[in-house]
Amino acid sequence: MHIPDGFLNVATVATTYAVSAGGVGNAVRVANKKLGEKQVPLMGILAAFIFAAQMLNFPIAGGTSGHVIGAALAAILLGPWAGVLIMSCVLIAQSLIFQDGGLLALGANIFNMGIVASFSGYYIYRLVASLMGNGRRGTLVGGFAAAWGSVFLASIFCAIELAVSGASPIGVVLPAMAGVHALIGIGEGLITGAVLGLVLATRADLLQLQRI
Amino acid sequence: MKSKWWLISLLVCLAVACLSPLASSSPDGLERVAEDNGFIGLAGEAPFQVIADYVFPGMGNEALATILAGIIGTLILFGVAYGIAWLLTLRKRQLV
Repeated sequence: MHIPDGFLNVATVATTYAVSAGGVGNAVRVANKKLGEKQVPLMGILAAFIFAAQMLNFPIAGGTSGHVIGAALAAILLGPWAGVLIMSCVLIAQSLIFQDGGLLALGANIFNMGIVASFSGYYIYRLVASLMGNGRRGTLVGGFAAAWGSVFLASIFCAIELAVSGASPIGVVLPAMAGVHALIGIGEGLITGAVLGLVLATRADLLQLQRI
Repeated sequence: MKSKWWLISLLVCLAVACLSPLASSSPDGLERVAEDNGFIGLAGEAPFQVIADYVFPGMGNEALATILAGIIGTLILFGVAYGIAWLLTLRKRQLV
């Protein structure tokens, strides 16, 4: 879902840069206050894992592929503001070094895949996990739902930005983006659930860290 | 041994990066929507290229070039995120 340069108009580029800069700035402030030593290696591991996992495009229907975003996983383990920080690191490196996602579109990409995906993933997880009693099943089902919802909502914001920029009418681009990402979200949900299952089996204490 | 969990995890991440040549090369969701609805042509060229499209430049074997790009990126992201998190906890460390 990395938007390249050229899809967004100047107003959308400026707005999304401003919102994302504010979001990342606040993430740094919150992390500076609350991040503990225990979370430091996990921040590195999650950024490394999300980068590597994003390279693995999996096929979905009709000659289309998708890859995980990873924001829901990061937000579930470390909290939404930490998720914003981790996703920003990944998206900035992808744009600057790997030419994946435009330089001007970076603000929009951080907004969609960093801010929207982290916060929606975090709160969907909290809601679903608590409805299911916060056990192992709650973690896995909550993780799946959070991951799916985060991809779906990120794609909706992406579609709105494309429509506002005049790339494609909202009536066309919104159902198209939501439809294809409803499928990609299933992959995100399965991978997020699998990783959470692995964490539960090997280092369940990582799910007890303070979320920031 | 317990303190080395992140080292094992990093090795797992590098192993994941080594699977990258197996990834689907089909367009992703956004590219598909842009192609189907006729706005893929709006995409501009990047003003500079470093390791464009996850292929390390100047290597004959594209699978190896992709794996190398993946390993470099995975190590950079680990270092950058670890470093930022370390800096953000520096103040608390000095208080103790």
